[in-house]
Amino acid sequence: MEPIFAILVGAFFTVAIYLFLSKHIIRVLMGAAILGNAVNLLIFTAGRVTREVPPIIGGDSDALSDFAANPLPQALVLTAIVISFSFFAFLLVLGYRAFQELHTDNSDEMRVAEPMAEPSPPTGY
Amino acid sequence: MAGKSEPLADLSVAYTMDKVPAADWLVAAPVVWCILLGAILLMLRKRTDIQPLVAIPALGILVLMTFALLAHVIQNGTVTMTMGRWLPPFGISFTVDLLGAFFAATSALVALGAGIYGRSDVDDTGRRYGFYPFLLLIMAGILGAFMTGDIFNLYVWFEVLLISSFGLLVLGSERKQLDGAVKYAFLNLVATTLFLVATGYLYGLFGTLNMADITVKASELRGTAPLMTLVTLYLLAFAMKAAAFPVNFWLPASYHTPRLVVSALFAGLLTKVGIYALLRILGMLFPFEREELSFLIAIAAALTMILGVVGALAQNDIRRSLGFLVISGIGVMMAGLALGSPAGLSGAIFYAAHSMVVMTALYFATGIGARLGGSFELTSAGGLYARNAFLAAMTLILFLSVAGLPPFSGLWPKIMLVKASLDIGAWWLAGAILVTGLLTTITVGRIWVLAYWRPAPGEGPATMVPASLSAGATIALAGLVAVTIAAGVWPEPVMALAQDAARGLIDPSAYVLSVFPVEASQ
Amino acid sequence: MRTVIFRSIAPYLTSLMVLFSVFVLLRGHNEPGGGFIGGLIAASALAIYGIACGVAPVRRAIYFHPMAIAAFGLFMAAMAGVLSVFAGVPYMSGLWIYPQIFGAEVALSSVLVFDVGVYLVVVGAISSIALALEERDRD
Repeated sequence: MEPIFAILVGAFFTVAIYLFLSKHIIRVLMGAAILGNAVNLLIFTAGRVTREVPPIIGGDSDALSDFAANPLPQALVLTAIVISFSFFAFLLVLGYRAFQELHTDNSDEMRVAEPMAEPSPPTGY
Repeated sequence: MAGKSEPLADLSVAYTMDKVPAADWLVAAPVVWCILLGAILLMLRKRTDIQPLVAIPALGILVLMTFALLAHVIQNGTVTMTMGRWLPPFGISFTVDLLGAFFAATSALVALGAGIYGRSDVDDTGRRYGFYPFLLLIMAGILGAFMTGDIFNLYVWFEVLLISSFGLLVLGSERKQLDGAVKYAFLNLVATTLFLVATGYLYGLFGTLNMADITVKASELRGTAPLMTLVTLYLLAFAMKAAAFPVNFWLPASYHTPRLVVSALFAGLLTKVGIYALLRILGMLFPFEREELSFLIAIAAALTMILGVVGALAQNDIRRSLGFLVISGIGVMMAGLALGSPAGLSGAIFYAAHSMVVMTALYFATGIGARLGGSFELTSAGGLYARNAFLAAMTLILFLSVAGLPPFSGLWPKIMLVKASLDIGAWWLAGAILVTGLLTTITVGRIWVLAYWRPAPGEGPATMVPASLSAGATIALAGLVAVTIAAGVWPEPVMALAQDAARGLIDPSAYVLSVFPVEASQ
Repeated sequence: MRTVIFRSIAPYLTSLMVLFSVFVLLRGHNEPGGGFIGGLIAASALAIYGIACGVAPVRRAIYFHPMAIAAFGLFMAAMAGVLSVFAGVPYMSGLWIYPQIFGAEVALSSVLVFDVGVYLVVVGAISSIALALEERDRD
């Protein structure tokens, strides 16, 4: 199971980075959603993907056996999902508001905060 | 399930059975206080008249709490509280050492300044959008990041402060703000994602997230585990947060857009959280890997300083100029991290605290100046000295302090860093710090001469009327200026504090001892 | 979306979903469920009601502003941890009481208070975003 997931994680990262390089905010948004999933899947896979073996450490060892999935990465992923979910919700609203106000979703044209033709500072007193 | 009122297992295996001393509550109190008050203020969102009356005393109490914590840590050493009674490393520990307590106290002071200044700067709309609640919540994130002893928890606090910073950034939803916020949000998302990836790998390698535990295990794993990859990922993620050179472009794109008090708070605190994380993770957890990377960090630091100040020199808008000066200051702190010696780290810590206070105060001064009839544009600003000599004097002090000129607080950390670089023969790093100082002096000197000293363009001396400042703005500005003067004229206590904090980073045995008292006594 | 069928079903659907969300919240301590997922279910219930009948009736129905609900949840969650001051244990320790209610022992804990806080935070925050987006669709 893990090799397939590993390839999937790689594919997710590829897609996310490709979308992030786009000039259109909507694509970057989708990239952000996929990036979050890529990371979550990565951590989830790193904690082993097995079923039906309880994650209990035996009395004679201090590490989890190789057959059980580690529950802590799953807890981390749960937290990260919540965070990336709220992040994405905010970015969605922000992107939409920016589109309404700036009438563009092309980041090359979003130059309100940093205008192209800003005057140079005075060179003399 | 319900119905079992008696626990069956022996609780002392998993739980700490000791009573918590009352003083240890100071570890959790500042963060909890910020969250509680933030929630109350959010419920009072519509009552814009009450908000500052609740928030400013609350921030005052926060300052008292963090200074009490600092005093407690100075007296008794590092303090730990592990949440939910679980024994570390299973519970999430809050571990406050001197570095965390020092930064927490300084940032609380800055937040109090912002709260007082915000009374006059943020109008009713801004308050209804939630300036004060977000101020308290962002402080919860910042203090949590300074105090936590768990690396995943650090990620969570980063997100708390990031989400609150979004709220503050778009206060009022103007076009410029939305434009800046889009860039800020996406680039910071990438940084936190890298942080999360690195933390996932770290757990895979170490099997623990507790910083003290990692410190102990790092020396065992060194050589077998790919720690360099991990540390480089952390370096990239935190450098992005701190706005170091190749990954700093979100800062000049967004920091001049929000309300001035928000810019001031961000400039003072947010990038310093990145610096704190660099100091903690690279300086304490992985010192050997930091040593390997030190040349890379030093180059990034030198480029950040020089390019930051060159950017500041090229700006016409004073706020954008200040944004670039923030970046330049980050370079100076990174130089201390690259050196890694006690002198270098203590210089970086001192400079970070200095920068928190001075950059915030500089934004305050600029905001007051713009309201007095000046402007943010250097081409049209002028005549502020004639309008209010007090403001001009305060600004001059801050300018000299940010340039690192005596007798203000910027001087000492720069001396420490220059000396530390010369000690190991890194003359070029020392040179970069000094050239940055010179270029900063030119930048701020020009701003002062143009915006404050010369008469306003198109106005004769007769039309210039003296104007007075609002009480809140004056108190906030003068208070922070007093701090920079005091730390400049009487630097020994701060210097000693920074040196002790740096020693705690280099030899983390006290930190580990505080989290695992049992193992140490065996 | 304002068809007659949808509009007549929506109130029943919403009330069922809110009831189910409370059930999911309460079973969360020992079984799958909990504050976050329960809050999401409740928020989607409010969103469905908003799609069917408009945003204004939803705002009237929940009476408080969604952000105020979220803030109260945050307050509650933080206070659940503060309770441990009085027990002399570290912040956020689980504290249990076992009162007898109608002869049956009911286990109540500070963890439950925390979870209810999380539930309210999620309901408030998500429904405030959802309602804002739905409002904008109309105009």
